[in-house]
Amino acid sequence: MELLNAFVVLSNFVLIPAIAYGSQLALGALGVTLIYGILRFSNFAHGDTMAFGTMVVVLVTWLFQSWGINLGPLPTALLALPFGIAGCAALVLLTDRMVYRFYRVQKAKPVILVIVSMGVMFIMNGLVRFIIGPDDQQFADGERFIVSVRTFKKLTGLDEGLAIRTTQGITVVTAVIVVAVLFWFLNRTRTGKSMRAYSDNEDLALLSGINPERVVLYTWLIVAALATVAGTLYGLDKTFKPFTFFQLLLPIFAAAIVGGLGSPLGAIAGGFVIAFSEVTVTYAWKKVLGYALPEGLEPTGLVQLLSTDYKFAVSFVILLVVLLFRPTGLFKGKSV
Amino acid sequence: MKKFLMATAATALMSGSVMAASHSTEVKIGVILGFTGPIESLTPAMAAGAEMAMKEVSDSGKLLGGAMVTPVRADSTCVDAGAATAAAERLITSDGVKGIMGADCSGVTGAILANVAVPNGVVMISPSATSPALSTAEDNGLFFRTSPSDARQGQVLADVLMEKGLTSVAVTYTNNDYGKGLADSFAAAYAAAGGTVTATTAHEDGKADYSAEVGALASAGGDALVVAGYVDQGGPGIIRAALDTGAFDTFVLPDGMIGAALEEKFGDELDGSIGTVPGTESEGAAMILTMAEAAGFSGEGPYIGESYDAAALIMLAMEAAGSVEPGDYKTKIMDVANAPGEKIYPGELAKALEILAGGGDVDYVGATAVELIGAGESAGSYREILIEGGKMTTAAYR
Repeated sequence: MELLNAFVVLSNFVLIPAIAYGSQLALGALGVTLIYGILRFSNFAHGDTMAFGTMVVVLVTWLFQSWGINLGPLPTALLALPFGIAGCAALVLLTDRMVYRFYRVQKAKPVILVIVSMGVMFIMNGLVRFIIGPDDQQFADGERFIVSVRTFKKLTGLDEGLAIRTTQGITVVTAVIVVAVLFWFLNRTRTGKSMRAYSDNEDLALLSGINPERVVLYTWLIVAALATVAGTLYGLDKTFKPFTFFQLLLPIFAAAIVGGLGSPLGAIAGGFVIAFSEVTVTYAWKKVLGYALPEGLEPTGLVQLLSTDYKFAVSFVILLVVLLFRPTGLFKGKSV
Repeated sequence: MKKFLMATAATALMSGSVMAASHSTEVKIGVILGFTGPIESLTPAMAAGAEMAMKEVSDSGKLLGGAMVTPVRADSTCVDAGAATAAAERLITSDGVKGIMGADCSGVTGAILANVAVPNGVVMISPSATSPALSTAEDNGLFFRTSPSDARQGQVLADVLMEKGLTSVAVTYTNNDYGKGLADSFAAAYAAAGGTVTATTAHEDGKADYSAEVGALASAGGDALVVAGYVDQGGPGIIRAALDTGAFDTFVLPDGMIGAALEEKFGDELDGSIGTVPGTESEGAAMILTMAEAAGFSGEGPYIGESYDAAALIMLAMEAAGSVEPGDYKTKIMDVANAPGEKIYPGELAKALEILAGGGDVDYVGATAVELIGAGESAGSYREILIEGGKMTTAAYR
């Protein structure tokens, strides 16, 4: 019973939040890694691309809500997701056309593209604030919980409760579906294969007749979809505020680099590594150990490795360690 | 354009001298508040409150035999100590103000006091700086405030909790002067009263996700969670995460967390939670509302009464001292603010000036039941709030 309680506490405060957060990071990191692999630069505008896509979703969700359209227990935002992806795709294609293509044709060095992407980041940042404002926006609706603390306690009779929010459930399910579809696309379809070929060796790919503009187009479309899905899930689960997406950039890049830039599998692993280390390192283990350890051995202190103030420092440290000892990341991506 | 500017400047100068000439004396009082920055939405009404008091005195024509009081506004920015210091310097050296109503935020108030007010010997009365550190700041008797120190609020919170039988709590505070000061003063008062603080965690405002903070606080446990944050910043995020994970269901909310947004966001989920906010049941509070409405602005916002009182105190002290020089009237501020004497409510400044001119004594009550204690700060009366049925209700005044 005691061990069960310990496990429930651990799930409630560590496992479930970390899995949901990890899925959101993984989707974000997938977008970053695809751009790095195929377009060959670190896209700093990714966080704000997510914010833009999510903003469109929020606006369409409000429209649907005003029309009285909803999905019952599920959030209406899921219905608005395709519109968000379309809006986001339009924006990134426009940016590519107006900004990135110019540098691509010149065969500019990656470092120049990185700086360019920062400029794009600030513009997108301003655009989102201009349209929807810098404040928190509420757009989640539907049932809040799959399992709430009260019902869980009643069902199991345990002392500790467990809550699973609908948004957490949706996050994990959606992430699994999106990742499965992406891998199927990259490994099984002709376009996916040509994208991987282009990523592996640009010259060989061009020689074998792959149209580079087509590859670039598909990459941006996929990235727009990934960014919008990741942003919307994050916004649903937490809250939509333009600035937080800018802050998400650090853990997303940490995830992509830890996993190995350019490696989709690595991005997913990296997302979960970052999420779990952020949550577990700053968690106070007092309650869990109190249940798990035999009587008399319960800790009196909080058993907290690092104060929660250092949450972001954790991603930094992991990033540094990986760059020092395994520059290509866990899954043999490209070295940075 | 240049010519136009010159012409405007010349006209302004001339009209200024005409104004000065047409009245026997003109007294300038600085109004330094954060007209830009994080509390820019609150400051216009606060300034209007202070200027209302000045207009009342000017119109009465009774200050030092008919002196005109002119407000001069300056921007404290609330956060930028350098800019605030420069603005205050300008008020004193180029505008020649005889007293300062301000500043607003604790950090800039301390900076202006140390760098400008004390060196120049000018009286400052802040309507809203609540950091406990200002109680012990070096001020040569020049600094006062019509708002209470957060040390007082910490004490009030601790008293409320002990009365309710909540003897162990976890504390989270917003990571700035206000949050840290309040959390510290609460922890000290609570420990002295016999309570236990199980954990203290800072939170950063403007984050989307507070599950890590709440996880740590939940692990420490406690009867309730004290959230010393802001209602339109990180505070609701913390409460939401704590409610969702079942970590806490009773919350203790200091003044920064009390706002209409709380009712909108949580409804009856917060039932049983308690809060404190500066407030009085004195009739002055209602009077200032009507006066503000008549003057064309809403008196509902925070610290408007305090601003009115701060400006009024400066002018009454001038009359009591018979001089507009800060060095002369600074000692009179405590006298006019406290008993003995005739009680003075908002809108009765003319009557107060008359009494003082006749050599009488006044006890300024004003909009916020002013009672200056210690180094010249409001004793502070607080409204204890209990959330019931999704509404904030007044449980008591203390």
